[in-house]
Amino acid sequence: MTATLASPSVSGGAKTRINDFSIQVATVNGSGSQTANTVLLRAIFQMGVFVSGKNLFPSNIAGLPTWFTIRASAKGYVARKATNEMLILMNPETAKEDIAKADAGALVIYDEPLQLDKLRTDLTYFPVPFQKLVTASCPEPKLHKLVKNMIYVGVAARILGVDMEEAKKAIAKQLKGKAKAVELNQTAAMAGYDWAMENLPDQDHIKVVRDNKTQGLIIVDGNEACALGALFAGVTVVGWYPITPASSLVETFIEYAEEYRKDPKTGKSNVAIVQMEDELASAGVVFAAGWAGARSMTSTAGPGISLMSEFIGLGYYTECPGVFFNVQRTGPSTGLPTRTQQADIEMCAKASHGDTLHINLYPGNMEECFQFSYDAFDLAERFQTPIFVMTDLDLGMQNWASKPFAYPDKPYDRGKVLDQQQLAEIQDWGRYKDVDGDGICYRSLPGTPGGKGAYFTRGSGHNDYALYSEKPEDYVAVVDRLRKKYETAKSYVPAPVFRNLGSDKGILAFGSSDPAVVEAQDILAEKGLKTDYLRLRALPFTAEVDAYVKAKQVVYVVEQNRDGQMTNLLREFYPEHATKFKNVLHYDGLAIDAKCIVDQINAFEQK
Amino acid sequence: MSTATPSAPTNKLGMTKQDYVGSKSTLCAGCGHDSITGQIINAAFESSIEGHRVAKYSGIGCSSKTPAYFLNQGWGFNSVHGRMPAIATGASLANRSLINIGVSGDGDSMSIGTGQFVHAVRRNVPMIYIIEDNGVYGLTKGQFSATADKGSHLKSGAVNNLPPIDPCTLAIELGCGFVARSFSGNPKQLNAILKAAFAYDGTSVIDVISPCVTFNNHDASTRSYKHVKDHDFPLHDLGFIQYSEVEDVEIAAGETEIVTFPDGSKVAIKAIHEGYDPTDRYTAMKAIHESMQKGEFLTGLLYINPQNAPLPEVLNLVDEPLVSLSESAVKPSAEVLAAIMETLK
Repeated sequence: MTATLASPSVSGGAKTRINDFSIQVATVNGSGSQTANTVLLRAIFQMGVFVSGKNLFPSNIAGLPTWFTIRASAKGYVARKATNEMLILMNPETAKEDIAKADAGALVIYDEPLQLDKLRTDLTYFPVPFQKLVTASCPEPKLHKLVKNMIYVGVAARILGVDMEEAKKAIAKQLKGKAKAVELNQTAAMAGYDWAMENLPDQDHIKVVRDNKTQGLIIVDGNEACALGALFAGVTVVGWYPITPASSLVETFIEYAEEYRKDPKTGKSNVAIVQMEDELASAGVVFAAGWAGARSMTSTAGPGISLMSEFIGLGYYTECPGVFFNVQRTGPSTGLPTRTQQADIEMCAKASHGDTLHINLYPGNMEECFQFSYDAFDLAERFQTPIFVMTDLDLGMQNWASKPFAYPDKPYDRGKVLDQQQLAEIQDWGRYKDVDGDGICYRSLPGTPGGKGAYFTRGSGHNDYALYSEKPEDYVAVVDRLRKKYETAKSYVPAPVFRNLGSDKGILAFGSSDPAVVEAQDILAEKGLKTDYLRLRALPFTAEVDAYVKAKQVVYVVEQNRDGQMTNLLREFYPEHATKFKNVLHYDGLAIDAKCIVDQINAFEQK
Repeated sequence: MSTATPSAPTNKLGMTKQDYVGSKSTLCAGCGHDSITGQIINAAFESSIEGHRVAKYSGIGCSSKTPAYFLNQGWGFNSVHGRMPAIATGASLANRSLINIGVSGDGDSMSIGTGQFVHAVRRNVPMIYIIEDNGVYGLTKGQFSATADKGSHLKSGAVNNLPPIDPCTLAIELGCGFVARSFSGNPKQLNAILKAAFAYDGTSVIDVISPCVTFNNHDASTRSYKHVKDHDFPLHDLGFIQYSEVEDVEIAAGETEIVTFPDGSKVAIKAIHEGYDPTDRYTAMKAIHESMQKGEFLTGLLYINPQNAPLPEVLNLVDEPLVSLSESAVKPSAEVLAAIMETLK
């Protein structure tokens, strides 16, 4: 039905969902809709309501369909929700299909000329004459396209009960105080709001009511959180190559470095950032800078790791530090560049040819994106090896509410580096001698004076003294020591965290799956199935993982790929428990939701 | 420090030539690469290079083995095939006090690593970039490389039907400010070029024709020792005068052109090839192309422009090497984080 003022109130008959709904906005990319959507999200957030946003965008500059979902949750659930209570349809290309897919009972705000209200009878329609409103409120025709989207912010605010003062504040924040743009957009939003007040009826399906859940919280995306981690970790060399969805990590870092990494006296930069010709060269820069004693990093996605793999093997075997951010996207090949997945798990666990095993970190929220990025540089220098910080598009590019980041007080761990004096005191130094028995050797840095410590780094076979060797015993000694180093890492990497409801049925998940798993656990428990939950935060698997796997009757491994890549690693490292692991998978490129986890676990339980 | 006999001559650092050697070469007897290694040792000794500041980089191939054969006091990094430039880029940015020497081959730099060569030159990474150029893959037993001349024969009789890539004209095209070609059989010229390269701040590309005595030294090869010897046309007599010696050296007036480096060092160029101006990239390009058409190897300092800003300057890096910055210099304060958090609220 079409809601009009003749029907003064639109009632769903069911209880009003207060601060508990999802809105999906369908627009054309490049039309400024991202700004409008962020404003709506921020306005709700500023009203103290827990809210999360997911941008489903195309690999395109302008003109293709894009969707943005905003979820408000009184309970604090932030995963994507499979159902939407409100649709805002601005894109004529997709409107009919969006209507066809809509959940029954949804409220639909749409551009009046699209005439969508005859398509289904189980939706509530709010036609809005956007073009008329934008013509009346914006004097510059050139800007109509961009400002039009701000009108739906006002309309939605009216329908949902969002305070327009909060929307205006959000516009000012989003446009960073550019006075003219702020005024133009605030006027447009108000035009939408005023029109809707006069012309649209009340509804009681979904409402925003002021709460106090977001006091003191920040809104940030994972790429920015990682960039900040690197900034505070004191990275000094960055070699990178643009790739979706990892580019904004370095780009945000560059913005912060402009401000915080300049020598106050000379204005000169204390970090070298070079956009290289490709990912191969980026990886080379990272390892060579690490070899020379700098803290170095790159940021990439799966296709970049594929190209870097040759160098990653070199870095592993020659024992050079370096931090590799992998903001995973949907593969294989080019895949879906703007969609999310956790499908580089096995690749990054073992990147490059030959026997390789790498330390991987799996941040699961914004605070961990920050902290793990900071820690990654310590781990890289401590273990003299590549460290992979594994996020994904969902963590990296979406907006997340988070507690503000705590200052990392812990001083840097620069690892086992010998200076001139230490080298002078050592009688029989060998670059690859395992003096401490932990698999980690002492290194010297190029340029150290005093005539001692120079050595020849090579990706070919070498012995304890870094001399070329093809001797079987030399080769085995080195690769066995590298394995020992991996064992040592178990007591350095972040241990898993638990959310145990008291059960011998376990869930194991990692990274961006966390919010959906938490919600799924609650839904399952409501229906009588209690579960324990281990959130894995790193490779190698630590003692806590050993104990969990041993103790559980079944372990549901939740991950966002087709082949159960983490399950494969678990089966490899825990062969005696191989049959306990059950795959709970989500890999269509959308962010994982609770329902798909609940459904798959229920299906296993009913067997 | 010195391990040689007391009578051995020393340089300004009090070092003997023995202090600049490396491990024993494992290349074939008579390999041109070993002559180049010898001249690197000589030039470093004569230029009084501080050994511990030297970083040596290479990719994969016979040429890439050679950094182990000189300057044992420096650090070496034998990386992966065609990727030496990226290694040099990363290390030289991390520590701008390093003296960087990259040794590569024609396969390493003109086939698998062409992209890295191009971009390192374009960025003007501060390094000596030596290409030991024999037109053939030695370690894999004699396949053509991308610098092999059209019509040149392999030992097996196979003929190269593809045109060669010339690293020197390519480097000039890319804006390189120090481009030289030499011949492993002309130690005097190579020595002068290397000493000038040590004084140059930026990428100095030195293509050294270095015959492969095992796979590419037969009569039907255009990279055989004899063929190169017969077709080597030195452009000029080169002299290099380090900044510290400039006042002691008298340069004869007349036909000698002087190029002065920012540190005061000078290259004295006495033309043999008439009308060749190594400071003019257009005439340089023209002369090189003409000589290549005649099947000649024009050798010497082909192009020189000492004013090119090297990468650390382009990036406006602090003077202190990045590796020696303290934690307090690179870690922003708690107040900074709090202020950033405030903007995200």
